[in-house]
Amino acid sequence: MPPTFPPDSVGLVTPQTAHFDEPLALDCGRTLAEYEMVYETYGTLNADRSNAVLICHALSGDHHVAGYYDEDDPGKPGWWDNCIGPGKPIDTRAFFVVCCNNLGGCKGSTGPTAINPENRKPYGPDFPIVTVKDWVRSQARLADRLGVTQWAAVIGGSLGGMQAMQWAITFPDRVRHSLVIAAAPRLSAQNIAFNEVARQAILSDPDFHHGHYYEFGVVPRRGLMLARMLGHITYLSDEGMRAKFGRELREGKMNFNFNFDTEFQVESYLRHQGHAFVDRFDANTYLLITKTLDYFDPAADFDEDFSAAFHRTQAHFLVIAFTSDWRFAPARSREIVRALVRAGREVSYAEVPSEYGHDAFLMPIPLYHEALRSYLARVAREVNSDAA
Amino acid sequence: MRPELELISEWIRPGARVLDLGCGDGALLAYLREHRQVGGYGLEIDQANVLQCIQSGVNVIHADLEAGLADFGDSSFDYVIMTQTLQAVRQTEALLDEMLRVGRQGIVTFPNFGFWRCRMQIALHGLMPVVKTLPYQWYDTPNIHLFTLRDFEQLCRRKRIDILQRTVLDHAHRPRLGPRLWPNLLGEIALYRLGRA
Repeated sequence: MPPTFPPDSVGLVTPQTAHFDEPLALDCGRTLAEYEMVYETYGTLNADRSNAVLICHALSGDHHVAGYYDEDDPGKPGWWDNCIGPGKPIDTRAFFVVCCNNLGGCKGSTGPTAINPENRKPYGPDFPIVTVKDWVRSQARLADRLGVTQWAAVIGGSLGGMQAMQWAITFPDRVRHSLVIAAAPRLSAQNIAFNEVARQAILSDPDFHHGHYYEFGVVPRRGLMLARMLGHITYLSDEGMRAKFGRELREGKMNFNFNFDTEFQVESYLRHQGHAFVDRFDANTYLLITKTLDYFDPAADFDEDFSAAFHRTQAHFLVIAFTSDWRFAPARSREIVRALVRAGREVSYAEVPSEYGHDAFLMPIPLYHEALRSYLARVAREVNSDAA
Repeated sequence: MRPELELISEWIRPGARVLDLGCGDGALLAYLREHRQVGGYGLEIDQANVLQCIQSGVNVIHADLEAGLADFGDSSFDYVIMTQTLQAVRQTEALLDEMLRVGRQGIVTFPNFGFWRCRMQIALHGLMPVVKTLPYQWYDTPNIHLFTLRDFEQLCRRKRIDILQRTVLDHAHRPRLGPRLWPNLLGEIALYRLGRA
């Protein structure tokens, strides 16, 4: 049987690994002596290497952004497959698309589950805290390795959008376009509060063992599951949950039991999400990346003047927000736009009506995808006219 | 729209920074970028228009003018432009103030309700006018503030807004002799360049 992937799919993909021997100095003051980064690419890099697009993943994402791993058992495609492929908004016929698993991750790039060369044991909680700036620097080294001196675009949603912003700030001449989707200039106290509850859920799990749970052959399942369930509530909107679950009862009636089995559909959904997450994600990585989020604050490097952070940037920006997103609400995206306007930068902003909450940035909402498609078609025209 | 674009363009200093309130599909900004090398942004509330702007590479910010221009600093633009928009906003007076706070100058265009065809339709038929520049029925029109040239100039006087330049276009949308002599009667579209000392 030949593979039966849809025609607009990138099809079968294989992750690659890049090993880096040159030490990476981190914001926290520590240094990673050596590290690996796992990444995937789709499409073809053109002759003058100007059509590369970097996709930055969010908290629980990874390098597998589009396509399938197995012809015989395709299962689910990469996490943003609805947006990336031949003829899709991020069109792989025009662009060479790159996505890597960030440092500190748990999908192959060096992180808490990797072996610490110093003591031949998993890093666990000894893995250094990495920041968005560290990620951007490590991604720049991967770009060097791939021969990409300037990205046609850096694109990301949520924490990925923060990386897209940081790229334009850290490497002004290496980013032509920065697409910042459902992001924020920095976390609010409420955002940090949710992260803190998620962390406490993990830290207080008896199986956590101060982060050294690998040595005990256990994982803090309950804590990580709780953290994910809490996270999921913040990714959805009130109206979205009402539309999806309402007050539907699984058995059609209330049982008035004191055993707290799942009665309402929404309970069952959250438990399912929590369970599924524990099987694919590492608790130390979750802890680490929530801190990465908390620490992100470009304005801090510019005397608390967020606008000043963009004074040196050269990229054109597209900022997109979703109406029902209350985790990083449209008002937060408008803060980004305001800072860019004050800095005199090129920026467009679209606010997409949606009831999917923060999760909307992963959904194939027509208006949203049309905005991406229009914008990137223009980027492709630019790249081609330069090449001609 | 074409003659209007050209006339506005003549008023604009090359290389200026421009904010276009209610920029529609971005035609004016695209025109000014090409002919006057201006930079700037359009504000637009309609989704389809926002998409159109993105498509043509015009900087567009999806926003509701009624919410004001608080995101923009004082005198942060050389010109703030409002073409065929003033008659469709609720906060007319506040928006004029905001316009001249954010822009060193303002450029306003609007359909003249004093145009003779409008007057005739009311006088002869007793019906709300439906003309080329005001093509809607009274019950489905987005134009909630209808006014004449004289109305506008009275407001400018009262608000101490300086009229720096005025061009009035006739029914063929040309600035001919007729509307120059009897602007409030023969002018269908009015263009004003405004400032505030």
